[in-house]
Amino acid sequence: MTTVPSKLYADDVSLLMVLIDTNPFFWSTVKNTFTFSNFLSHVLPFLNSILLLNQLNQVVVIATGYNSCDYIYDSSLAAPNQRAESLLGKLEEFVTRDEELSQQNSIEGVWSSLLSGSLSMALCYIQKVFRSGPLHPQPRILCLHGSPDGPGQYVAIMNSIFSAQRSTVPIDSCVIGSQHSAFLQQASYITGGVYLKPQQLEGLFQYLSTVFAADLHCRSFLQLPKPVGVDFRASCFCHKNTIDMGYICSVCLSIFCKHHKKCSTCGSVFGQAQTNVASASDRKRKTTET
Amino acid sequence: MTDGQVIKRARYKSSVKDFGVPGVLKMTRERFFFMPNDPKSSARLNVEFRLVKGHKFTKEGSNKQALLNLTVDQGGNYIFEFDTFSDRDACREYVATAIAVSGEAGRAGSERSAAPLQDEQLSHAEMERRIRLLQEDSELQKLHKQLVIGGVLSEAEFWATRKKLLDENASRKSKQQVGLRNDMFHVKPSSDGQSNKVTFNLTPEIIHQIFAEKPAVRQAFLNFVPSKMTEKEFWTKYSRAEYLHSTKNVVVAAAEAAEDDELAVFLKQDDMAASEARRKIRRVDPTLDMEADEGDDYTHLPDHGLSCDGSKDVTDSPYELYRRSLLQELNRHAAVVLEGRAIDVELGDTRSVAEALARSKQDDLTDEVSDGNINQERLDRISRMAEIDDLQAPRDLAVAPLCIKDPRDYFDSQQANAIKSLGDTLAGAKQMKCSLSTAEAYGSLRDYISEIKTSGLNDSIVKPEVALKVLNGLTQSISSTKYHLGKNPHESVLDRLPYVAKQELLHHWMSIQELLKHFWSSYPITTTHLFTKVSRLKDAMSQIYPKLQEIKESVQSDFRHQVSLLVQPMLQALDAAFAHYDADIQKRSAKSGERPNGFV
Repeated sequence: MTTVPSKLYADDVSLLMVLIDTNPFFWSTVKNTFTFSNFLSHVLPFLNSILLLNQLNQVVVIATGYNSCDYIYDSSLAAPNQRAESLLGKLEEFVTRDEELSQQNSIEGVWSSLLSGSLSMALCYIQKVFRSGPLHPQPRILCLHGSPDGPGQYVAIMNSIFSAQRSTVPIDSCVIGSQHSAFLQQASYITGGVYLKPQQLEGLFQYLSTVFAADLHCRSFLQLPKPVGVDFRASCFCHKNTIDMGYICSVCLSIFCKHHKKCSTCGSVFGQAQTNVASASDRKRKTTET
Repeated sequence: MTDGQVIKRARYKSSVKDFGVPGVLKMTRERFFFMPNDPKSSARLNVEFRLVKGHKFTKEGSNKQALLNLTVDQGGNYIFEFDTFSDRDACREYVATAIAVSGEAGRAGSERSAAPLQDEQLSHAEMERRIRLLQEDSELQKLHKQLVIGGVLSEAEFWATRKKLLDENASRKSKQQVGLRNDMFHVKPSSDGQSNKVTFNLTPEIIHQIFAEKPAVRQAFLNFVPSKMTEKEFWTKYSRAEYLHSTKNVVVAAAEAAEDDELAVFLKQDDMAASEARRKIRRVDPTLDMEADEGDDYTHLPDHGLSCDGSKDVTDSPYELYRRSLLQELNRHAAVVLEGRAIDVELGDTRSVAEALARSKQDDLTDEVSDGNINQERLDRISRMAEIDDLQAPRDLAVAPLCIKDPRDYFDSQQANAIKSLGDTLAGAKQMKCSLSTAEAYGSLRDYISEIKTSGLNDSIVKPEVALKVLNGLTQSISSTKYHLGKNPHESVLDRLPYVAKQELLHHWMSIQELLKHFWSSYPITTTHLFTKVSRLKDAMSQIYPKLQEIKESVQSDFRHQVSLLVQPMLQALDAAFAHYDADIQKRSAKSGERPNGFV
């Protein structure tokens, strides 16, 4: 990164981290309605317009693949006047590399992209910018995501969300798939970003430029789509029923609707009554160590 | 209070210093009269208690006048002097209740002046407590005004549900233990300047403090009094010693001590205090290096930085015993004051105070010495505090690593709800599951990329009609979510309402809760009293209906829906009560139909 110290970062200079979903399986399912090339033809002009909005604006694109993720474009490294189309070459390389990492020949069931990985990479980049000096552009993350949520990434994604919240980086999400994403919904809600699921994908550019182009400073003056509110009620791990009150494992915070002898998530053994708490914790130790 | 009025002999005064007009003060529930003995005097009074705002009175004391001062609303006051304090107190209590009663009645603008009080005899303190509670909590006062003065509930019923409040208040009021005074030189010798006599004034309070600060004096008192000397002699001797100290004449003090053994006890340094101090020093953190701090403060200065006349600074060893340093005394005094009043003995009896103090000190001592080897403990402590990490065996904390078998569970427990709230179903997810070949998928993706690479971007990115559609859709959804209230926990509907409407809603909510509490607590109806209470409550509740309707209509149409949402649960709660009431009445009438005789 070549940050010239003389650059004057005002509060309307943005660092936009764009996470592009390059999951081949997702794009294969939607190829009849909205192809990847269509998608790129909306996104690239958007990235260019961000760069045109302010000379100091910076755009970094991270490809979120199925097996890996990587930086494919950084406007601060690109040659002057080079437009965002230059990322296509890197993108092609990335897709090839991502394919090489695949182990199975075909995919059954749910396939999700590595959102946790690309979110972490974006946050790392932002941390680097934060530490570059007292003056830096205002960072935000925009997720252009279509693949279904990967339940296995839950812990990693939640950690990324909380770390973004801690460093006050809003995560905007634009869901291009057919279904809502619980991850991104939470991410935007927690970090104060905008969550949007466009109804007309053929007008994606219009959505992007209307909702996501404004810098953070301007947002305070705009009426952007507001979250309807996230239902934070939990359902139990055992029956997936929504519950208002239940038992929580003190070790791993799993939720159960009734008392279990042993936590199904982390294997801790629960004590029964107050009198044998001591023995229960002894047992817990033994079982978890073995 | 029993006969409803109080008549006392008193003098009416225009000011405290005024001699006053002798006459008779008569108090009834509503007003008080003053009739001067001299019928020609113009100082005749006839004042309603409604106008009286408060009352003040002098403390009971030997040389004070028994005064009662009634302050009036419009400013100005009436001062009465009584012959005795008991007369005054009788009037004072009467006035206090009268003011309370008429004050509330006056505020409510109702004529039922003393009615709420009639069904019970309240102590003066109880009454004051309630009044204070009402004054502190304006919401409670509003409720009280509405329900008690409005005649829906009786005073006793109102407070019965708030017993806890009254109790809490009472316990909060429980007497605070008075600590020791923190001025040091309270035993100042005073001389009249003519004779050579020097007077010391000792009060039980001061004696207590002396005992606490100087264990040697306490011990001497227990030893000498009354076997060897009287208490008076003892304190005379003590005062003598103090006087000698105050002159700072070490030589004279030593000489006198040599002559008188008992006096010597007071003049020498306090061994007991010293040993106590040593014991305390032993308890100080052994790793604390006080020498290292030297120079940080003024302790390295001679005499701790206190200015003193250097002439007597010679350390003559025989007299050293009789020298007391100011700093020692200051420290000792501070320690005693901070320790506070440890004993619970009436201060009057000097001996019992001394004994109690001695006992409490003894307890402390045995507590510490009981385990015997303090030194060993000290050594243990040193080794514990000055631990060097490198020399310790690796400490295995009994922490088991967290092993989560399947983090997917966490996701599943939340996703269902999150998606539901957006109006999505999980059916979509099922549809998307399909079998795909990896190579095929990646191949097509690469094709798309090369396609856009070769063809470049479209000339018009978005068709104008699509863009318009998008803009319209966005504007619509934004303007609809703008009024989509209640979901955001940060903004409440109440805050958007006009202030008056908000206050009224909250107030109605409070009073409905209060009424319902009383309503439900009176079931099952066993007595006629409860029956009338319930019907009274029912009437009061039915009056709230039109008021709620009024609020609903008074707010702007924007908020009407919100307000009706807010009012809904209130109405439901009331409806439930009415349904119960009606059902109960029906049951009663059915029963009384079966048994027409003698059932209320």
